[in-house]
Amino acid sequence: MGLLTPDPGLVFWSALTFGLLVFILKRYAWKPILHAVKSREETIEYALAAAKKAKAEVEDLNATKVQIMNDAKAERDTLIKAARELKQSMLDDAKSKAQDEADKIIASARVQIEREKNEAILQLKEKVAEFSVDIAGKLLEEELESTDKQKAIIDKYLQEVNFN
Amino acid sequence: MQHIKLFFALLACWAITQNSIAADKHGESSDNEFDPMEMIMHHIADAHEWHVISYTSKSGEEKHITLPLPIILIDDGLHVFMSSAFHHGEKVVQKGDNYYKLYHEKIYKTDALGTINYGPEHEVLNDKPIDFSITRNVASMWLSIIIIIWLFTAAAKRYKGAPAVPKGMQSFLEPLILFVRDDIAYEQIDKHKADKFVPFLLTLFFFIWINNLIGLIPFFPGASNLTGNISLTMVLALITFLVTNFSGTKSYWGHIFWMPGVPVPIRLLLSVIEFIGLFTKPFALMIRLLANITAGHIIILSLFSLIFVMKSVAIAPVSILMALMMFMLELLVAVLQAYIFTLLSALFIGMAVHDEEH
Repeated sequence: MGLLTPDPGLVFWSALTFGLLVFILKRYAWKPILHAVKSREETIEYALAAAKKAKAEVEDLNATKVQIMNDAKAERDTLIKAARELKQSMLDDAKSKAQDEADKIIASARVQIEREKNEAILQLKEKVAEFSVDIAGKLLEEELESTDKQKAIIDKYLQEVNFN
Repeated sequence: MQHIKLFFALLACWAITQNSIAADKHGESSDNEFDPMEMIMHHIADAHEWHVISYTSKSGEEKHITLPLPIILIDDGLHVFMSSAFHHGEKVVQKGDNYYKLYHEKIYKTDALGTINYGPEHEVLNDKPIDFSITRNVASMWLSIIIIIWLFTAAAKRYKGAPAVPKGMQSFLEPLILFVRDDIAYEQIDKHKADKFVPFLLTLFFFIWINNLIGLIPFFPGASNLTGNISLTMVLALITFLVTNFSGTKSYWGHIFWMPGVPVPIRLLLSVIEFIGLFTKPFALMIRLLANITAGHIIILSLFSLIFVMKSVAIAPVSILMALMMFMLELLVAVLQAYIFTLLSALFIGMAVHDEEH
Protein backbone atom coordinates (compact mmCIF):
# COMPACT_ATOMS: atom_id res chain seq x y z
CA MET A 1 0.00 0.00 0.00
CA GLY A 2 2.96 2.28 -0.56
CA LEU A 3 0.89 4.20 -3.09
CA LEU A 4 -1.67 5.20 -0.50
CA THR A 5 0.72 6.20 2.28
CA PRO A 6 1.41 9.93 2.36
CA ASP A 7 5.05 10.81 2.64
CA PRO A 8 5.61 13.60 5.23
CA GLY A 9 8.47 15.12 3.25
CA LEU A 10 6.42 15.50 0.09
CA VAL A 11 3.41 16.70 2.09
CA PHE A 12 5.56 19.39 3.65
CA TRP A 13 7.17 20.50 0.40
CA SER A 14 3.97 20.47 -1.63
CA ALA A 15 2.04 22.43 1.02
CA LEU A 16 4.85 24.98 1.19
CA THR A 17 5.22 25.16 -2.59
CA PHE A 18 1.52 25.41 -3.30
CA GLY A 19 1.06 28.08 -0.64
CA LEU A 20 3.94 30.05 -2.07
CA LEU A 21 2.60 29.63 -5.59
CA VAL A 22 -0.82 30.95 -4.58
CA PHE A 23 0.83 33.91 -2.87
CA ILE A 24 3.17 34.76 -5.78
CA LEU A 25 0.59 34.28 -8.51
CA LYS A 26 -2.04 36.21 -6.59
CA ARG A 27 0.29 39.15 -6.20
CA TYR A 28 2.07 39.14 -9.56
CA ALA A 29 -0.36 37.45 -11.94
CA TRP A 30 -3.98 37.08 -10.92
CA LYS A 31 -4.41 40.53 -9.42
CA PRO A 32 -3.03 42.49 -12.37
CA ILE A 33 -4.64 40.17 -14.93
CA LEU A 34 -8.08 40.04 -13.33
CA HIS A 35 -7.99 43.73 -12.58
CA ALA A 36 -7.04 44.55 -16.17
CA VAL A 37 -9.66 42.18 -17.56
CA LYS A 38 -12.32 43.69 -15.32
CA SER A 39 -11.37 47.23 -16.20
CA ARG A 40 -11.30 46.26 -19.87
CA GLU A 41 -14.75 44.75 -19.57
CA GLU A 42 -15.96 47.93 -17.93
CA THR A 43 -14.28 50.04 -20.61
CA ILE A 44 -15.92 48.00 -23.35
CA GLU A 45 -19.29 48.18 -21.63
CA TYR A 46 -18.90 51.90 -21.14
CA ALA A 47 -17.74 52.40 -24.74
CA LEU A 48 -20.70 50.40 -26.04
CA ALA A 49 -23.11 52.40 -23.91
CA ALA A 50 -21.46 55.63 -25.05
CA ALA A 51 -21.66 54.53 -28.68
CA LYS A 52 -25.32 53.67 -28.25
CA LYS A 53 -25.95 57.01 -26.63
CA ALA A 54 -24.02 58.82 -29.35
CA LYS A 55 -26.00 56.98 -32.01
CA ALA A 56 -29.26 57.96 -30.35
CA GLU A 57 -28.01 61.52 -30.16
CA VAL A 58 -27.08 61.52 -33.82
CA GLU A 59 -30.52 60.17 -34.67
CA ASP A 60 -32.07 62.87 -32.52
CA LEU A 61 -29.91 65.42 -34.22
CA ASN A 62 -30.90 64.12 -37.63
CA ALA A 63 -34.56 64.32 -36.71
CA THR A 64 -34.06 67.87 -35.44
CA LYS A 65 -32.19 68.76 -38.59
CA VAL A 66 -35.00 67.43 -40.78
CA GLN A 67 -37.51 69.27 -38.62
CA ILE A 68 -35.55 72.50 -38.90
CA MET A 69 -35.19 72.11 -42.64
CA ASN A 70 -38.87 71.42 -43.05
CA ASP A 71 -39.71 74.43 -40.92
CA ALA A 72 -37.32 76.56 -42.92
CA LYS A 73 -38.81 75.36 -46.17
CA ALA A 74 -42.32 76.11 -44.99
CA GLU A 75 -41.26 79.52 -43.78
CA ARG A 76 -39.50 80.27 -47.03
CA ASP A 77 -42.62 79.26 -48.96
CA THR A 78 -44.84 81.48 -46.87
CA LEU A 79 -42.37 84.32 -47.18
CA ILE A 80 -42.18 83.97 -50.93
CA LYS A 81 -45.93 83.78 -51.13
CA ALA A 82 -46.34 86.87 -48.98
CA ALA A 83 -43.73 88.71 -51.04
CA ARG A 84 -45.52 87.80 -54.20
CA GLU A 85 -48.80 89.00 -52.80
CA LEU A 86 -47.19 92.17 -51.59
CA LYS A 87 -45.64 92.77 -54.98
CA GLN A 88 -48.98 92.21 -56.67
CA SER A 89 -50.77 94.48 -54.31
CA MET A 90 -48.10 97.14 -54.67
CA LEU A 91 -48.31 96.94 -58.43
CA ASP A 92 -52.06 97.10 -58.31
CA ASP A 93 -51.95 100.04 -55.95
CA ALA A 94 -49.46 101.85 -58.07
CA LYS A 95 -51.49 101.21 -61.16
CA SER A 96 -54.71 102.41 -59.62
CA LYS A 97 -52.99 105.42 -58.12
CA ALA A 98 -51.43 106.30 -61.46
CA GLN A 99 -54.78 105.89 -63.11
CA ASP A 100 -56.40 108.11 -60.58
CA GLU A 101 -53.68 110.69 -60.97
CA ALA A 102 -53.92 110.57 -64.72
CA ASP A 103 -57.68 110.87 -64.55
CA LYS A 104 -57.35 113.79 -62.20
CA ILE A 105 -54.85 115.52 -64.44
CA ILE A 106 -56.96 114.93 -67.48
CA ALA A 107 -60.02 116.16 -65.68
CA SER A 108 -58.31 119.28 -64.44
CA ALA A 109 -56.88 119.87 -67.91
CA ARG A 110 -60.32 119.61 -69.34
CA VAL A 111 -61.68 122.11 -66.83
CA GLN A 112 -58.82 124.44 -67.63
CA ILE A 113 -59.41 124.13 -71.32
CA GLU A 114 -63.11 124.71 -70.85
CA ARG A 115 -62.44 127.76 -68.74
CA GLU A 116 -59.90 129.21 -71.18
CA LYS A 117 -62.22 128.53 -74.05
CA ASN A 118 -65.08 130.29 -72.32
CA GLU A 119 -62.83 133.17 -71.43
CA ALA A 120 -61.66 133.41 -75.02
CA ILE A 121 -65.19 133.30 -76.28
CA LEU A 122 -66.11 135.98 -73.75
CA GLN A 123 -63.22 138.18 -74.88
CA LEU A 124 -64.11 137.53 -78.50
CA LYS A 125 -67.63 138.52 -77.81
CA GLU A 126 -66.46 141.75 -76.19
CA LYS A 127 -64.10 142.49 -79.09
CA VAL A 128 -66.86 141.72 -81.61
CA ALA A 129 -69.16 144.02 -79.72
CA GLU A 130 -66.47 146.75 -79.67
CA PHE A 131 -65.79 146.33 -83.37
CA SER A 132 -69.45 146.24 -84.11
CA VAL A 133 -69.91 149.52 -82.19
CA ASP A 134 -66.85 150.99 -83.99
CA ILE A 135 -68.05 149.78 -87.33
CA ALA A 136 -71.52 150.95 -86.57
CA GLY A 137 -70.08 154.37 -85.57
CA LYS A 138 -68.03 154.53 -88.73
CA LEU A 139 -70.99 153.38 -90.83
CA LEU A 140 -73.07 156.05 -89.36
CA GLU A 141 -70.36 158.58 -90.25
CA GLU A 142 -70.04 157.25 -93.82
CA GLU A 143 -73.80 157.03 -94.40
CA LEU A 144 -73.86 160.61 -94.20
CA GLU A 145 -71.72 160.83 -97.36
CA SER A 146 -72.40 157.99 -99.85
CA THR A 147 -73.53 154.46 -100.00
CA ASP A 148 -70.51 153.29 -101.94
CA LYS A 149 -68.27 154.89 -99.62
CA GLN A 150 -70.06 153.32 -96.72
CA LYS A 151 -69.63 149.89 -98.20
CA ALA A 152 -65.97 150.41 -98.82
CA ILE A 153 -65.48 151.59 -95.30
CA ILE A 154 -67.31 148.54 -93.84
CA ASP A 155 -65.14 146.16 -95.89
CA LYS A 156 -62.07 148.11 -94.96
CA TYR A 157 -62.79 147.86 -91.28
CA LEU A 158 -63.84 144.28 -91.47
CA GLN A 159 -60.51 143.71 -93.10
CA GLU A 160 -58.86 145.38 -90.22
CA VAL A 161 -60.57 143.05 -87.70
CA ASN A 162 -58.11 140.58 -86.42
CA PHE A 163 -59.81 137.75 -84.58
CA ASN A 164 -56.76 136.61 -83.04
CA MET B 1 5.70 10.40 -32.34
CA GLN B 2 9.23 11.54 -31.66
CA HIS B 3 8.55 11.60 -27.96
CA ILE B 4 6.89 8.26 -27.94
CA LYS B 5 9.85 6.69 -29.69
CA LEU B 6 12.21 8.33 -27.30
CA PHE B 7 10.12 7.19 -24.41
CA PHE B 8 10.12 3.70 -25.81
CA ALA B 9 13.89 3.76 -26.15
CA LEU B 10 14.36 5.14 -22.67
CA LEU B 11 11.96 2.65 -21.23
CA ALA B 12 13.79 -0.19 -22.88
CA CYS B 13 17.09 0.89 -21.35
CA TRP B 14 15.49 1.51 -18.04
CA ALA B 15 13.55 -1.72 -17.97
CA ILE B 16 16.70 -3.71 -18.62
CA THR B 17 18.64 -1.96 -15.87
CA GLN B 18 15.75 -2.21 -13.48
CA ASN B 19 15.58 -5.82 -14.18
CA SER B 20 19.19 -6.46 -13.37
CA ILE B 21 19.20 -4.19 -10.34
CA ALA B 22 16.16 -5.98 -9.02
CA ALA B 23 17.82 -9.29 -9.62
CA ASP B 24 21.01 -8.14 -7.87
CA LYS B 25 19.32 -6.66 -4.90
CA HIS B 26 16.68 -9.26 -4.25
CA GLY B 27 18.65 -12.27 -5.11
CA GLU B 28 15.23 -13.80 -5.68
CA SER B 29 15.56 -14.67 -9.31
CA SER B 30 18.83 -15.27 -11.03
CA ASP B 31 17.49 -15.11 -14.59
CA ASN B 32 16.73 -11.89 -16.42
CA GLU B 33 12.98 -12.19 -16.09
CA PHE B 34 11.31 -8.83 -16.77
CA ASP B 35 9.00 -7.81 -13.96
CA PRO B 36 6.50 -5.22 -15.26
CA MET B 37 5.02 -4.72 -11.80
CA GLU B 38 8.40 -3.73 -10.41
CA MET B 39 9.09 -1.35 -13.30
CA ILE B 40 5.66 0.29 -13.12
CA MET B 41 5.70 0.67 -9.37
CA HIS B 42 9.16 2.14 -9.55
CA HIS B 43 7.96 4.62 -12.12
CA ILE B 44 4.84 5.84 -10.36
CA ALA B 45 6.51 6.04 -6.95
CA ASP B 46 8.68 8.91 -5.84
CA ALA B 47 12.48 8.74 -6.18
CA HIS B 48 15.50 10.31 -4.53
CA GLU B 49 17.31 10.93 -7.78
CA TRP B 50 16.11 12.08 -11.14
CA HIS B 51 16.77 9.33 -13.59
CA VAL B 52 17.79 10.49 -17.07
CA ILE B 53 18.97 7.35 -18.84
CA SER B 54 20.66 4.00 -18.13
CA TYR B 55 22.70 1.84 -20.44
CA THR B 56 25.08 -1.08 -20.36
CA SER B 57 28.60 -0.26 -21.48
CA LYS B 58 30.60 -2.52 -23.79
CA SER B 59 32.33 -4.10 -20.82
CA GLY B 60 28.95 -5.14 -19.51
CA GLU B 61 28.96 -2.54 -16.78
CA GLU B 62 25.72 -0.72 -16.04
CA LYS B 63 25.79 3.02 -16.27
CA HIS B 64 23.07 5.23 -14.84
CA ILE B 65 22.86 8.85 -15.79
CA THR B 66 20.86 10.55 -13.10
CA LEU B 67 20.44 14.02 -11.72
CA PRO B 68 21.38 13.77 -8.04
CA LEU B 69 18.94 15.49 -5.71
CA PRO B 70 19.50 16.80 -2.18
CA ILE B 71 18.72 14.40 0.67
CA ILE B 72 17.50 16.12 3.82
CA LEU B 73 17.15 13.84 6.85
CA ILE B 74 16.09 14.75 10.37
CA ASP B 75 17.58 12.13 12.67
CA ASP B 76 19.62 13.37 15.65
CA GLY B 77 20.02 16.67 13.88
CA LEU B 78 19.80 17.68 10.29
CA HIS B 79 21.72 15.77 7.61
CA VAL B 80 21.98 17.22 4.13
CA PHE B 81 23.83 15.50 1.31
CA MET B 82 23.37 14.66 -2.36
CA SER B 83 21.61 11.47 -3.39
CA SER B 84 24.64 10.56 -5.51
CA ALA B 85 26.29 9.49 -2.24
CA PHE B 86 24.06 6.40 -2.26
CA HIS B 87 25.38 5.32 -5.69
CA HIS B 88 21.88 4.26 -6.69
CA GLY B 89 21.44 2.30 -3.48
CA GLU B 90 24.71 0.44 -3.74
CA LYS B 91 26.51 2.30 -0.97
CA VAL B 92 25.80 3.01 2.67
CA VAL B 93 26.14 6.64 3.73
CA GLN B 94 27.56 7.43 7.14
CA LYS B 95 26.48 10.62 8.90
CA GLY B 96 27.80 10.91 12.45
CA ASP B 97 27.13 7.59 14.12
CA ASN B 98 24.28 6.72 11.79
CA TYR B 99 24.36 4.71 8.58
CA TYR B 100 21.74 5.19 5.88
CA LYS B 101 20.88 2.99 2.97
CA LEU B 102 18.63 3.72 0.00
CA TYR B 103 16.52 0.64 -0.52
CA HIS B 104 13.64 0.65 -3.01
CA GLU B 105 13.65 4.44 -3.00
CA LYS B 106 13.19 4.59 0.75
CA ILE B 107 15.94 5.59 3.17
CA TYR B 108 16.54 3.22 6.11
CA LYS B 109 18.89 3.31 9.07
CA THR B 110 21.24 0.38 8.90
CA ASP B 111 24.49 -0.84 10.37
CA ALA B 112 27.81 -0.09 8.70
CA LEU B 113 27.32 -2.96 6.24
CA GLY B 114 23.88 -1.79 5.17
CA THR B 115 22.02 -4.87 6.40
CA ILE B 116 18.32 -4.82 5.73
CA ASN B 117 16.27 -6.90 8.16
CA TYR B 118 13.11 -8.48 6.87
CA GLY B 119 10.05 -9.49 8.82
CA PRO B 120 7.95 -12.58 8.18
CA GLU B 121 5.96 -10.85 5.36
CA HIS B 122 9.18 -9.71 3.71
CA GLU B 123 8.60 -6.20 5.10
CA VAL B 124 11.60 -4.09 6.07
CA LEU B 125 12.08 -3.81 9.84
CA ASN B 126 14.79 -1.12 9.82
CA ASP B 127 14.02 2.33 11.29
CA LYS B 128 13.36 5.20 8.94
CA PRO B 129 14.70 8.71 9.54
CA ILE B 130 12.31 11.64 8.94
CA ASP B 131 12.83 12.30 5.27
CA PHE B 132 12.44 15.85 3.95
CA SER B 133 14.48 15.20 0.82
CA ILE B 134 14.00 17.10 -2.38
CA THR B 135 12.71 14.07 -4.22
CA ARG B 136 11.95 13.75 -7.92
CA ASN B 137 8.37 14.82 -7.26
CA VAL B 138 9.45 17.90 -5.32
CA ALA B 139 11.94 18.83 -8.05
CA SER B 140 9.29 18.26 -10.70
CA MET B 141 6.86 20.40 -8.70
CA TRP B 142 9.41 23.20 -8.52
CA LEU B 143 9.97 22.95 -12.24
CA SER B 144 6.22 23.23 -12.73
CA ILE B 145 5.89 26.31 -10.55
CA ILE B 146 8.79 27.96 -12.37
CA ILE B 147 6.93 27.32 -15.63
CA ILE B 148 3.63 28.54 -14.17
CA ILE B 149 5.09 31.67 -12.60
CA TRP B 150 6.99 32.47 -15.79
CA LEU B 151 3.89 31.96 -17.96
CA PHE B 152 1.53 34.03 -15.90
CA THR B 153 3.80 36.85 -14.82
CA ALA B 154 4.84 37.22 -18.47
CA ALA B 155 1.17 37.33 -19.44
CA ALA B 156 0.42 39.74 -16.59
CA LYS B 157 3.01 42.18 -17.94
CA ARG B 158 0.96 42.48 -21.10
CA TYR B 159 -1.94 43.89 -19.14
CA LYS B 160 -0.05 47.00 -18.13
CA GLY B 161 -1.22 50.22 -19.68
CA ALA B 162 -4.44 50.91 -21.50
CA PRO B 163 -6.79 48.03 -22.33
CA ALA B 164 -5.70 46.37 -25.57
CA VAL B 165 -6.41 43.31 -27.68
CA PRO B 166 -4.71 40.19 -26.15
CA LYS B 167 -1.58 39.10 -27.99
CA GLY B 168 0.65 36.01 -28.02
CA MET B 169 0.69 33.89 -24.87
CA GLN B 170 -1.79 36.26 -23.31
CA SER B 171 -4.44 35.43 -25.91
CA PHE B 172 -3.98 31.73 -25.16
CA LEU B 173 -4.08 32.07 -21.38
CA GLU B 174 -6.78 34.68 -21.08
CA PRO B 175 -9.67 32.46 -22.25
CA LEU B 176 -8.50 29.79 -19.79
CA ILE B 177 -8.33 32.30 -16.94
CA LEU B 178 -11.74 33.66 -17.87
CA PHE B 179 -13.08 30.12 -18.14
CA VAL B 180 -12.00 29.37 -14.57
CA ARG B 181 -13.33 32.70 -13.35
CA ASP B 182 -16.67 32.75 -15.19
CA ASP B 183 -17.57 29.10 -15.67
CA ILE B 184 -16.13 27.68 -12.46
CA ALA B 185 -15.94 30.38 -9.80
CA TYR B 186 -18.85 32.63 -10.76
CA GLU B 187 -21.07 29.65 -11.60
CA GLN B 188 -20.62 27.91 -8.26
CA ILE B 189 -20.03 30.75 -5.82
CA ASP B 190 -22.32 33.71 -5.18
CA LYS B 191 -20.90 36.38 -7.42
CA HIS B 192 -20.27 39.05 -4.80
CA LYS B 193 -18.26 36.55 -2.75
CA ALA B 194 -16.52 34.72 -5.60
CA ASP B 195 -13.72 37.20 -6.30
CA LYS B 196 -11.96 36.31 -3.05
CA PHE B 197 -11.61 32.66 -4.13
CA VAL B 198 -10.74 33.18 -7.80
CA PRO B 199 -6.94 33.38 -7.24
CA PHE B 200 -6.98 30.11 -5.29
CA LEU B 201 -9.10 28.33 -7.90
CA LEU B 202 -6.98 29.65 -10.77
CA THR B 203 -3.78 28.50 -9.06
CA LEU B 204 -5.33 25.11 -8.30
CA PHE B 205 -6.46 24.60 -11.89
CA PHE B 206 -3.19 25.54 -13.56
CA PHE B 207 -1.04 23.79 -10.93
CA ILE B 208 -2.86 20.49 -11.41
CA TRP B 209 -3.04 20.80 -15.18
CA ILE B 210 0.61 21.72 -15.74
CA ASN B 211 1.77 18.99 -13.37
CA ASN B 212 -0.47 16.45 -15.09
CA LEU B 213 1.12 17.45 -18.40
CA ILE B 214 4.66 17.29 -17.00
CA GLY B 215 3.83 13.80 -15.77
CA LEU B 216 2.92 12.83 -19.32
CA ILE B 217 6.26 13.89 -20.80
CA PRO B 218 7.90 10.48 -21.08
CA PHE B 219 11.53 11.61 -20.59
CA PHE B 220 13.61 13.83 -18.35
CA PRO B 221 12.55 16.34 -16.96
CA GLY B 222 9.05 14.91 -17.05
CA ALA B 223 7.66 11.48 -16.25
CA SER B 224 7.18 12.21 -12.56
CA ASN B 225 3.91 11.10 -11.07
CA LEU B 226 3.35 14.12 -8.84
CA THR B 227 -0.40 14.54 -9.29
CA GLY B 228 -0.78 10.78 -8.94
CA ASN B 229 0.94 10.90 -5.57
CA ILE B 230 -1.27 10.78 -2.51
CA SER B 231 0.89 13.27 -0.61
CA LEU B 232 0.20 16.00 -3.12
CA THR B 233 -3.47 15.21 -3.70
CA MET B 234 -3.90 15.07 0.06
CA VAL B 235 -2.36 18.51 0.48
CA LEU B 236 -4.55 19.98 -2.26
CA ALA B 237 -7.70 18.37 -0.88
CA LEU B 238 -6.75 19.53 2.61
CA ILE B 239 -6.32 23.10 1.39
CA THR B 240 -9.76 22.94 -0.25
CA PHE B 241 -11.15 21.52 3.00
CA LEU B 242 -9.63 24.33 5.06
CA VAL B 243 -10.67 27.07 2.64
CA THR B 244 -14.20 25.65 2.50
CA ASN B 245 -14.73 25.31 6.22
CA PHE B 246 -12.98 28.51 7.26
CA SER B 247 -15.29 30.49 4.97
CA GLY B 248 -18.44 28.62 6.05
CA THR B 249 -21.38 30.86 6.92
CA LYS B 250 -23.77 30.47 9.81
CA SER B 251 -26.36 28.94 7.50
CA TYR B 252 -23.78 26.41 6.23
CA TRP B 253 -22.96 25.16 9.72
CA GLY B 254 -26.64 25.30 10.60
CA HIS B 255 -27.43 23.00 7.71
CA ILE B 256 -24.72 20.59 8.82
CA PHE B 257 -25.39 20.30 12.53
CA TRP B 258 -29.03 21.32 12.91
CA MET B 259 -30.83 20.93 9.58
CA PRO B 260 -33.77 23.31 9.64
CA GLY B 261 -37.25 22.14 8.72
CA VAL B 262 -36.98 18.44 9.63
CA PRO B 263 -38.00 16.51 12.76
CA VAL B 264 -35.45 16.26 15.58
CA PRO B 265 -34.53 12.54 15.21
CA ILE B 266 -33.80 13.10 11.54
CA ARG B 267 -31.81 16.20 12.43
CA LEU B 268 -29.58 14.10 14.64
CA LEU B 269 -29.14 11.50 11.93
CA LEU B 270 -28.48 14.17 9.32
CA SER B 271 -25.91 15.95 11.46
CA VAL B 272 -23.92 12.70 11.69
CA ILE B 273 -24.18 12.15 7.95
CA GLU B 274 -23.33 15.77 7.15
CA PHE B 275 -20.40 15.70 9.54
CA ILE B 276 -18.99 12.62 7.82
CA GLY B 277 -19.72 14.37 4.52
CA LEU B 278 -17.37 17.20 5.52
CA PHE B 279 -14.50 14.74 5.29
CA THR B 280 -15.66 12.47 2.50
CA LYS B 281 -15.86 15.38 0.07
CA PRO B 282 -12.14 16.29 0.21
CA PHE B 283 -11.31 12.60 0.54
CA ALA B 284 -13.04 11.94 -2.77
CA LEU B 285 -11.14 14.84 -4.32
CA MET B 286 -7.88 13.33 -3.11
CA ILE B 287 -8.59 9.83 -4.37
CA ARG B 288 -10.11 10.92 -7.70
CA LEU B 289 -7.07 12.86 -8.86
CA LEU B 290 -4.62 10.27 -7.54
CA ALA B 291 -6.45 7.33 -9.12
CA ASN B 292 -7.02 8.96 -12.49
CA ILE B 293 -3.47 10.11 -13.01
CA THR B 294 -1.82 6.98 -11.62
CA ALA B 295 -4.11 4.77 -13.68
CA GLY B 296 -3.09 6.60 -16.84
CA HIS B 297 0.59 6.11 -16.05
CA ILE B 298 0.07 2.43 -15.22
CA ILE B 299 -1.85 1.75 -18.43
CA ILE B 300 0.73 3.40 -20.67
CA LEU B 301 3.62 1.65 -18.91
CA SER B 302 1.78 -1.68 -19.06
CA LEU B 303 1.31 -1.31 -22.79
CA PHE B 304 5.04 -0.80 -23.24
CA SER B 305 5.80 -3.65 -20.84
CA LEU B 306 3.95 -5.96 -23.22
CA ILE B 307 6.94 -5.79 -25.55
CA PHE B 308 9.29 -7.03 -22.85
CA VAL B 309 6.90 -9.54 -21.33
CA MET B 310 6.31 -11.11 -24.73
CA LYS B 311 9.99 -10.68 -25.63
CA SER B 312 8.96 -9.81 -29.15
CA VAL B 313 9.52 -6.72 -31.28
CA ALA B 314 6.49 -7.73 -33.32
CA ILE B 315 4.22 -6.59 -30.54
CA ALA B 316 5.84 -3.14 -30.51
CA PRO B 317 3.60 -1.53 -33.18
CA VAL B 318 0.51 -2.65 -31.30
CA SER B 319 1.93 -1.37 -28.02
CA ILE B 320 2.93 1.93 -29.52
CA LEU B 321 -0.40 2.45 -31.26
CA MET B 322 -2.36 1.68 -28.13
CA ALA B 323 -0.05 3.78 -25.99
CA LEU B 324 -0.48 6.63 -28.46
CA MET B 325 -4.23 6.40 -28.03
CA MET B 326 -3.76 6.37 -24.29
CA PHE B 327 -1.55 9.44 -24.50
CA MET B 328 -4.30 11.27 -26.38
CA LEU B 329 -6.76 10.24 -23.74
CA GLU B 330 -4.38 11.22 -20.97
CA LEU B 331 -3.99 14.69 -22.47
CA LEU B 332 -7.74 15.04 -22.11
CA VAL B 333 -7.71 13.49 -18.64
CA ALA B 334 -4.97 15.93 -17.60
CA VAL B 335 -7.16 18.95 -18.24
CA LEU B 336 -10.36 17.18 -17.23
CA GLN B 337 -9.07 16.21 -13.80
CA ALA B 338 -7.74 19.72 -13.23
CA TYR B 339 -11.17 21.01 -14.21
CA ILE B 340 -13.04 18.55 -12.00
CA PHE B 341 -10.84 19.20 -8.99
CA THR B 342 -11.25 22.96 -9.40
CA LEU B 343 -14.97 22.73 -10.13
CA LEU B 344 -15.67 20.57 -7.08
CA SER B 345 -13.53 22.82 -4.90
CA ALA B 346 -15.54 25.79 -6.15
CA LEU B 347 -18.75 23.86 -5.55
CA PHE B 348 -17.81 23.08 -1.95
CA ILE B 349 -16.73 26.66 -1.32
CA GLY B 350 -19.92 27.89 -2.98
CA MET B 351 -22.01 25.73 -0.67
CA ALA B 352 -20.10 26.98 2.36
CA VAL B 353 -20.36 30.69 1.63
CA HIS B 354 -23.94 30.62 0.34
CA ASP B 355 -26.39 32.65 2.41
CA GLU B 356 -29.69 30.84 2.63
CA GLU B 357 -32.66 32.96 1.66
CA HIS B 358 -35.85 31.67 3.18
